[in-house]
Amino acid sequence: MINGNFKTNYEDEIKIFQTTFVKFWLVILFVGLIIFPLVADRYFIYLCNLCGIAIIGALGLNILTGYTGQISLGHAGFLAIGGYTSAILSTKLGIPFWLAMPLSGIMAAMAGMIVAIPSLRLKGLYIAITTFAFGFIVDHLIIHWESMTNGPSGITAPRPSLGVFVFDSDKSYYFIIIVMVILATGFARNLFRSRVGRALIAIRDRDIAAEIIGINLTKYKIQAFSISSFYAGIAGSLMAHYFDVITFENFTLMLSIQYLAMIIVGGVGSILGSIYGAIFITLLPELIRLLTDLFRQEYPSLTTRFADLKSVTFGLIIIIFLIFGPKGLYGVWRDIKVYWKNWPFTY
Amino acid sequence: MENNLIHIKNIHLAFGGTQALLNVSLEIKEKEILAIIGPNGAGKTSLLNCISGFYRPYKGEIIYQNMDLTKVAPHKIAKLGIARTFQNIELYTGLNTLDNLMAARHIHMKRGAFWDGIYFGPRRREDIKHRKFVEEVIDLLELEPVRKKIVGSLPYGQRKRVDLARALCMNPKILLLDEPMAGMNVEEKEDMARFILDIFELREIAVVLVEHNMDVVMDISDRIAVLDFGTKIAEGSPDDIKGDPKVIRAYLGAGQS
Ligand SMILES: Nc1ncnc2c1ncn2[C@@H]1O[C@H](COP(=O)(O)OP(=O)(O)OP(=O)(O)O)[C@@H](O)[C@H]1O
Ligand SMILES: [Mg+2]
Repeated sequence: MINGNFKTNYEDEIKIFQTTFVKFWLVILFVGLIIFPLVADRYFIYLCNLCGIAIIGALGLNILTGYTGQISLGHAGFLAIGGYTSAILSTKLGIPFWLAMPLSGIMAAMAGMIVAIPSLRLKGLYIAITTFAFGFIVDHLIIHWESMTNGPSGITAPRPSLGVFVFDSDKSYYFIIIVMVILATGFARNLFRSRVGRALIAIRDRDIAAEIIGINLTKYKIQAFSISSFYAGIAGSLMAHYFDVITFENFTLMLSIQYLAMIIVGGVGSILGSIYGAIFITLLPELIRLLTDLFRQEYPSLTTRFADLKSVTFGLIIIIFLIFGPKGLYGVWRDIKVYWKNWPFTY
Repeated sequence: MENNLIHIKNIHLAFGGTQALLNVSLEIKEKEILAIIGPNGAGKTSLLNCISGFYRPYKGEIIYQNMDLTKVAPHKIAKLGIARTFQNIELYTGLNTLDNLMAARHIHMKRGAFWDGIYFGPRRREDIKHRKFVEEVIDLLELEPVRKKIVGSLPYGQRKRVDLARALCMNPKILLLDEPMAGMNVEEKEDMARFILDIFELREIAVVLVEHNMDVVMDISDRIAVLDFGTKIAEGSPDDIKGDPKVIRAYLGAGQS
């Protein structure tokens, strides 16, 4: 049987938080996350909420693209399905947020399975094109299925409530988002240190060698799509109940590209990378806005060019990150993974 | 005939104009090391690929457990207990040795993604159990030093060993090895031969060994089949094969051309 010493070793080894040092910082982080909304300015809490939603979405995309190697240009489509499902369920059927949110995840996951089917026989760029088309189909549906979606004018979902308490402030909504971010991160983290996660990485790294150990490629690619879309659906639902109104404009191709930028910048195939990337890309427009404000006196035309500046910077950042990975996307994959691998989960 | 595990019956395989296998029949028996030899391009790898379901013969059958493997998907063949290594090492380069091997426990684990995500409880217990199995293989193949190393960064000889370890972690009934010693130095080759024998003795499984190194083949195999230009030209004990004029001609012919 198991040698006692070895068993303890292994159980120690599989703990998520290995050293007291890491534990210490995690406690600090946790306390910080709780204190933050109590002391921070409303605007910062708002930004933090956007980051939280982006983290959930980026984790979802990384599960599909980073860990399973299926490039998606339609992530926004899944967010849209989540957002609209949640908004429609709560406005038309009066279903509470707490039920509408998981249902929107499930709805997006089902859409993910459908998108997965044509992707099964395809690779690389072709999957990108399929998902790209999917994004447009969703946009089209939102605009034209007016009886459901209110068409271009958008839809307003109520803020969540618990009994008499309504989560109508940025501060109270912050706590919902933080809980979801922690759940989403924990789930993803665990997934990739166990069976299905390893199967997905095996498919990404060498699909032939994945089949040879008994991994059903069809089944697990579909699972990757559906788990990824589930995350996107949850992120979309959180958007819907947070924003005053959601329209198709919240879910355009630009959003899909932003999500790709998040995982490329943060780290393809890395949980922590998803988090860093999501924060970076979410705060980037604010940073640009800050800079344009700073130089407004000297260059008044800058403010009107804000939108252009934003797109150009996004493009530049993606290109810079791609170029610095000498082996293209796959290189960035590995390199960034090694870089971002260690904090705070020494694994 | 009872101890037959796999019965390959008259298989034909072609790629466009190239006839890779022509009417090849072969039996793989329980608890034997069967070597498949032959000059380059003889069809050895193709034969293994037919058994593991990657290539589909246009004629013939491969009978295993009353099934025709030529009609079974590769991942299902793996579940039936057939494991293999690759001539050109195909590992999950982004994972470390340990995770490569844990991945190979896939078919023996049960729960799905939901339990992965929860992790604590059943999944963790299952992981610990399978980890024990994997650690035994790591011990056996002396992979302790590279346990936590990303396999993409390992030297060639060690990657070959991880490839073998991965196949072993599947706990197969039949182990197909495609040139496990190719490209290794003498010492590594000796280690590998020893490992194969250790595995064979410990697990009492059938080992199919494709190998160019004649010394090793003559030393460790119970039976040898010789392929040349896609056909089986000889089959028998190492001694039979050594003296077989057809075999000598095939090798000399290949040497001269
Ligand atoms: N996927 C493929 N597509 C086209 N031709 C192939 C393919 N696989 C094998 N062949 C051809 O089939 C023949 C047998 O190849 P195979 O790889 O089985 O030989 P081998 O005996 O393993 O040789 P080696 O000792 O060089 O590994 C060769 O002529 C090869 O070119
Ligand atoms: Mg070969």
